[in-house]
Order: sequence, then structure tokens, then C-alpha cells
Amino acid sequence: MEYEAVIGLEVHAQLATESKIFSSSSTKFGSPPNSQVNPVCLGMPGVLPVFNERVLEYAIKAGLATNCEIAGKSRFARKNYFYPDLPKGYQISQYDEPLCLRGHLEIDSGDGKKKIRITRIHLEEDAGKLVHEYSDFESHVDLNRAGVPLVEIVSEPDISTAEEAVEYVKKLRTILKYIEVCDGNMEEGSLRCDANVSVRPVGQSELGTKTEIKNLNSFRFIQRAIEYETKRQEAVLRGGGKVVQETRLFDSQKGVTFAMRSKEEAHDYRYFPDPDLLPVVVEEDCLEKIRLSLPELPEEKLSRFADEFNIPKNDAETLSSSRPLAEYFEECAKHAKDSKAASNWILNEMLREVEDEDSIAEFPVKPEDLAELLNLIGEGKINRKTAKEIFSEMISGGKRAGEIVTEKGLTQITDEDEISSIIEKIIEENQKEVERYRNGDTKLLGFFVGQVMKATKGKADPAVVNQMLRKSLEER
Amino acid sequence: MSIPRTIKEAAALIERREASPVELAELFLERISSEDGKINSYITVWEEAALEAARKAEKQISEGNYLGPLHGVPIALKDIFVTKDSRTTCGSKMLRDFVPPYNSTVAEKLMASGSVVLGKNNMDEFAMGSSNETSYFGPVKNPWDTDRVPGGSSGGSAAATAANLCVASVGTDTGGSIRQPGSLCGVVGMKPTYGRVSRYGMIAFASSLDQAGPLAKTVEDAAIILSSIAGHDPMDSTSVNLPAADYASALSADVKGLRVGIPKEYFISGMDPEVEKSVRKAIAELETLGAEIVEISLPHSRYAVSTYYIIAPSEASSNLARYDGVRYTYRCENPETLRDLFFRSRSEGFGDEVKRRIMLGTYALSTGYYDAYYLKAQKVRTLIIKDFENAWEKVDVIASATSPETAFRIGEKTEDPLKMYLSDILTIPCNIAGLPGISVPCGFSSEKLPIGLQIMGKPFDEQTVLNVAYAYEQSTKWYEKEVAPPG
Repeated sequence: MEYEAVIGLEVHAQLATESKIFSSSSTKFGSPPNSQVNPVCLGMPGVLPVFNERVLEYAIKAGLATNCEIAGKSRFARKNYFYPDLPKGYQISQYDEPLCLRGHLEIDSGDGKKKIRITRIHLEEDAGKLVHEYSDFESHVDLNRAGVPLVEIVSEPDISTAEEAVEYVKKLRTILKYIEVCDGNMEEGSLRCDANVSVRPVGQSELGTKTEIKNLNSFRFIQRAIEYETKRQEAVLRGGGKVVQETRLFDSQKGVTFAMRSKEEAHDYRYFPDPDLLPVVVEEDCLEKIRLSLPELPEEKLSRFADEFNIPKNDAETLSSSRPLAEYFEECAKHAKDSKAASNWILNEMLREVEDEDSIAEFPVKPEDLAELLNLIGEGKINRKTAKEIFSEMISGGKRAGEIVTEKGLTQITDEDEISSIIEKIIEENQKEVERYRNGDTKLLGFFVGQVMKATKGKADPAVVNQMLRKSLEER
Repeated sequence: MSIPRTIKEAAALIERREASPVELAELFLERISSEDGKINSYITVWEEAALEAARKAEKQISEGNYLGPLHGVPIALKDIFVTKDSRTTCGSKMLRDFVPPYNSTVAEKLMASGSVVLGKNNMDEFAMGSSNETSYFGPVKNPWDTDRVPGGSSGGSAAATAANLCVASVGTDTGGSIRQPGSLCGVVGMKPTYGRVSRYGMIAFASSLDQAGPLAKTVEDAAIILSSIAGHDPMDSTSVNLPAADYASALSADVKGLRVGIPKEYFISGMDPEVEKSVRKAIAELETLGAEIVEISLPHSRYAVSTYYIIAPSEASSNLARYDGVRYTYRCENPETLRDLFFRSRSEGFGDEVKRRIMLGTYALSTGYYDAYYLKAQKVRTLIIKDFENAWEKVDVIASATSPETAFRIGEKTEDPLKMYLSDILTIPCNIAGLPGISVPCGFSSEKLPIGLQIMGKPFDEQTVLNVAYAYEQSTKWYEKEVAPPG
């Protein structure tokens, strides 16, 4: 019997607001423990939450960018449980009245495009964290993260493989970064995900018993955890056993998932509407304003790049995969005479020079300066090899291409008379090779080209040299 | 110098330079130290801070910066209001050592009005109780008869005001906790409309019902305090953005043509006949003053107590989850595990009534019971509100007794929580519907125990409620006839 996996993901994304969701404390990452707190996020007696409007704006953007409907009225609810990192003994979240509903994303799967439906997106506050490194027998609590705004993006179980899951999270991350509501930093926990996994015999319509794998914070872990869990459940079923509904964790060292708590031990969160907060009302004109403020999304950008700049779909996809990269390309293409050349250079030469896509905005070579360099190649003033050297110099020295060319006399020699006299001289000096070439050893052309380039210090246009050499060698 | 009984009297003494704020503070601090042993109305007395505030007020006034009728006047605060750098216990062992690093908005506003805070009044633990017997700091005694309760949960505030251990106090009212002790101690107690006064820094019992308000000897004093604490607060999303009026200046004793509704369901069976008689007489008095008396019906009010005992404990079970032994609360000794820390800190830190309500609320919110209890209670709440909305088409205010009985004996109801819960049967509907309500003294029983008349009003129409109470008070002047002996 063949089995298939059914996977749904809950992605938690931290919204990149300056202050917390219900208090004025800063959300800054990496500060000393308990330095980004005030009585409100510490949950001290008598304090009250006040909803940060900026959080609402960001969450609506996330909803619109993932094709969700935005609820005119949603509500905060309390999720009650005890844990030392949860200062109020409840987490303010949204329960049966979330902000965003019924969205979807399209991902590339092995057999073309696939639509992954999004059930809902809701708002919630993050908890703090326990720190165990100060003592062997005590735990400490750091509440800097308590009250940091999150959206939880819940997908339908439309995902069938670990690859699709990774593809979906990558897509989601790209979009959230694009619309600048989440920095997408998985190492710092700005984006993490829980995976609901079940398997069933192919052809069976009803779902198998699922397990939930908590807190996967890298693409690799998502991939490995789901792969492992799928195989584990399959093995259980093949062995005649039953999958137990439970919460599991992924051990990245051993590459396995293990049970954290079973359904019997599951919390009863006793959700109820938070009486300290008013319902969240989104007026139509406010929604429209946010809609208009949304940037062009990756999907739209991809097809526009392909059409407008006449570049292959694959290249357009890479270029549109991050907003700084896409903006860099577009600016460069605007100034470059050949947009395809711009695309190629950026993808082949430039990307390896930047640490990550986010640092593109600070890349020392401005897009219009790169365009100038590319135009020099296009006009035949320099060749690609010289261009690469100039590019390195532009990165380190901050000078523009034209300046470097003039300063160092790097202009390509395209004057046929000049090249012709050099060729004559080289034919003179290498009669033996000329003989061999004429007797059919045409591979020697490369040798002659090399000689000419050496004589011109690489400044001759290789195409012209090639053509003229062939002519001179075959003439006699 | 005679002891000023009201804010007006104290303010007049200060204005005529017959008494300075420091002299007044010293006078009341001395009274507290000599008399409060019998009443137990304070948990913490601010000897130093009160004198310091008084000196500051004195300096401001002598420099010509008079801030208004509360400037230099000694008042008190229920120990539910968080006060910066001063222990705030909420009547609980759980918070016996809690020194907050911030102020409640109410405390901040009162201090900004120049008043001199004498200390923090005793109260039922976490405001859960109708007799002030659940306090970790011992029961408060009713100054009229120290074998009897002062009512609760703002029992310390009511008793201290009645016994003149402060000129007035600010309490909180979730199901009657200002009005019922006001009634039992023979002082004026007012609960404003939900949202009128900021709840920031007021330790939460039931968030959708809690509201702060004054306890004072006269309606005018209550109006003065209300004006100083009311108003929108950006720190409380449920506080309403309406300008707060100067209720005292706008007071009017003219009730001619005002329609006073008498809900027939509010003269319940089992009511103390002496209470009923006094209240009916008070209503007749209002009629004499020119008000039109209209019989009305509030049919769903009979479900108010049951509704309240689902909603309030549900919210409380969540609000009190933060007292877990981890941070500022009481912590059990030598916890062995995290579970042990939570379990024992909460078992040892909370009293029986608080634990009872946490369990009630936890149960009502549990999966499988939520719809039958919490959701249903919310639906009934809507029906109770609808009743009042219908009534406002016919009447301007509604009058009834505040409490169906006078002060009962200490220990009389402690073994029977249900009986205790019925003490608030006439005050709870006001909280359920979020309405303003006041209790004003309307006579004494044969045992010389005070009786209170309750006036309820439309949302945010505190002024009319105060006016009706004022008209009645000015024509009867119960507050002049009798003075509570301090024990």
C-alpha cells in the first residue's frame, strides 16, 4: 500500500513594530534580560493592555498580501495557562473571531503550481523565555520578548511533502519581508512554524490521526522534521499500529521527533473574549488606504520583469525573490541599455559579492553605476574581463566605472588598424605556428588570440581580434 | 477645632485658615491611631507620606496655588488601588509584600487634586465578599455596632468614612462593593457608569464589571471626588472618551417632573420590613419634592445574581492567574518542582472565598461547559441590559433599596456563601448593565442601624443620579442627625 502525507502549517511571524502589541516597551532584540519591559508587559496587578494600532496595520498588510478577507470586526481572547514565562497567566490572542480569513498562496511543486489555502491569520502576543544558563538548579525568566506582536498564519492541510512545506514557508517569508512587516529572521525567532502532520493510504479521503511538531525555526529543520515524521507514522501504520495524537518536538542533533505531551495532557485553554480590550474594528476606508500602500508583490513583479525586461522566467523569479534585489535590478535595468545584461551581471557577478539579500541596499556599487559599467561593455569600450576587474575596484574603491577606465587607460582597443598592425607583428614572430595552423591545426587560434591580448594588455575586443586573426591567417 | 466631617467643611477650615492641611492630617492620623484598633479599617497608614503631602499642600496654598476643594483634605484609598512605592495588598496574603513601581490613575488623579492620602483601607480579599470578613488583615467592624459587618468589599472605606477616620474614601464596586457597605455604614457610596473612571492600576477582580467610585458623608462630597477621578485615560481601552463634568457645581435639588421608576421586582420577599418601610417612605419623599413615581418592571433582574456568579468568577479566574508565586507575589517555601511552586503558592496565598471563585470561574470556562455557562450568562446579561433600556423610555432614574437588610453580625453568613451572595441582589443589576448607581442614607432601623436608598441612572448620566440623591438628602439630612461613633 502506498501512503501519502497531509500537512498543515502554523507559521508564527513577529511583526516588525518598534513597540510591543499592548504596551510602549521596545521590541528590540538582543537587549540585556528584562530591560525591555514595563508594568504592562510584566503583567503587574491592575495594569491594562492598550492595542498598538501599528500592529493592526501590519497584520492587515499580511492578510491582504496573502489574499485573505479582512474581518470588519475581530476580537481578542484570553488563552489561559500557567507558565513562568507568561506573566499574566494568559496569552492575549484571537480565537473564534480572527482578523484575516480564507486566503491562499501559490507555490511551485514538482508538478507545476499548487494552491495552498490559508485558513486564518490572527494576532497574538509572544511570551517571554526561560533562561537556564545561569544556574544548574534554578531557572531565570527573561520577559523582553513578552508582548512582542505576532501573527499566526494557519494553512489548510493542502501540503503533501516536506519540499512543499519548505516552499510554502519560503514564499510566505518572502512576502512578509516584501511588505516589510516581518524581518523574516529565523535564527532570532522572528519566523517559526509548527507542522501538523498525518499520513493516510493513497486514495483514502478521510484524514489520518495527526501529530503536531512544535517550533521549527529553519527551513532545514522543517524539511527534516516532516520527512522523519512522515516516515515514522507510515512505519507505525504498516506495522499495524495506530498513530497517537500528540505534540512532538524535533531533535535536530539526532534528526528525530519525540513526544512532548499527549492529547490527554493537552491544556484546556479556557478561551474567552478579553474584557480589557474593545473589538478590533476595521473600517472600509482604512482598509483601502492600507491596500493602496502595499508594494508590488513578488508574483506580480516576476511576470512584469519577464515581460518588460525580456528576461527568462527563472531569472525573473530569482530577481523578484527579495525586495531589495528586485529594486536594485529594476533601477539598474532602467539605466542600462541592455536589461538582460543587467540581469545576467546581477545574478552571476553581483550576488556572490553580497552577504545576504538584505544587505543589497547597502551594496557599495549603486545600481545606476553598475548600469554605466554594463553600458561600457555594450558599447564595446571594454570587454567582460576588464569589466570584472573594474567591478571589483568599484566595490572596494567606490569610484565609478568611467573614471576607472579613463584613469587606467582601460578603454578597449577596437580600432582595426591598431589591431591589424599588432596581428601582423605576431604572425611575423610566430611563423612556425602559422604554418601548423595553415596545415589544419586550427585549435591554435586560441594561442594567437592570447598573444594579441597579451600585447594589448587585455584591452583588445576579443570578438574583433578573433575575426581579424582568422582572416589574416587564412588569407595567404 | 472640631473635626471636619465633610470635604466642604475641611475645605472651609483650610480656606479660613482655621486649620492647616498639616494640622488636619495630624488630627486624622491621631484619630486613626487611637480609634482604628476597634474598627480595623486601614491595612496601611501613611504616617510619613500623608504629612509630607500635607506640607506640600500647605506650601502650595500659602503660595496662592489653590487647586480646588480637595486641596489639603485628608482622604483614604481602598487597598485595591496601586500606589507607587507603597505596599498594595488587595486584602490578600498573596500581595502582602507587593510594593508597586507605578501608580493607579485614580491615585494619581487624587494626588494631583492636592488631597492628602492617609492610607489604604481594608477590604475583602481581591474585593470578593460582601462583609469584609475575607480580608487577610482581619475583618472590619461596623462603627455603628462593632459586632456587625460594615458590608463589602469596600468595607474599610465605608467604615473609615462613617467613623470619621478619613473625610472620604475611594472604593470599587463590582457587584455592589461601594453601595452596599455605604448603605450598611450610613454613608453615601457611588458607582459611576462603567468606563467613566479609569481602571488602570485598580487591581482587577471582574474586568467587565469593576468600577471605582467615592464613599463620602454627603452627595456633594461624592460629586467632588467623582469629578476629580473621572475622565478618559489612554491607559484603559474601556474608559470612555467623554469629558467629565464638574458634578458638584452642577448639583441641583430640583427634581420637579423627574420620573422615578420603582421596579416592582426589587421589593423581594424576605426583605427586612424595616428596610422596605424606610425605602417606601423615601420614595414618598421624592414624590413630595415633585418627582413623578412610575411603577416599572425589570423582569430579567431576577437572574442577575446567577449571571453575575458566572461572569465575575470567570473573569476573576483569569485575572488572578498572574499571582503564581513567580514574581512579586507570596511564594511558598522550598518548592520542589514548578508545579509545586504554582500549587502551593496559590493554595497558601489565597483565602477560601478567592479560591472558591477561581474554581467556579475555571469550571464555567472549561471546554464543554463554556456554552452552557459563560455564553449563556452573556446572553442573559444582554436581556438584563435590554430591560433597563426599555425602562429609560419611561423614567429618568430608578429607585430601590440598596441592600435588602441592615448590617448583619460578623460570622452570621460566613458558613453559607449563597446567603452571602444574596446580599448584593439589588446592587448587582447595575453592574451587569454598566449603569451609574448611588446609595444614600434613608433612615435607621429600630436597632439604630443605617438603611440606604439606591438610585440608578442612565449610562453616563451621573448628574441626574446625584441630583435626585442630593434632593432627597437635603430634604432629610440624615447625615446631620446621626453620627457613627468610632466603635
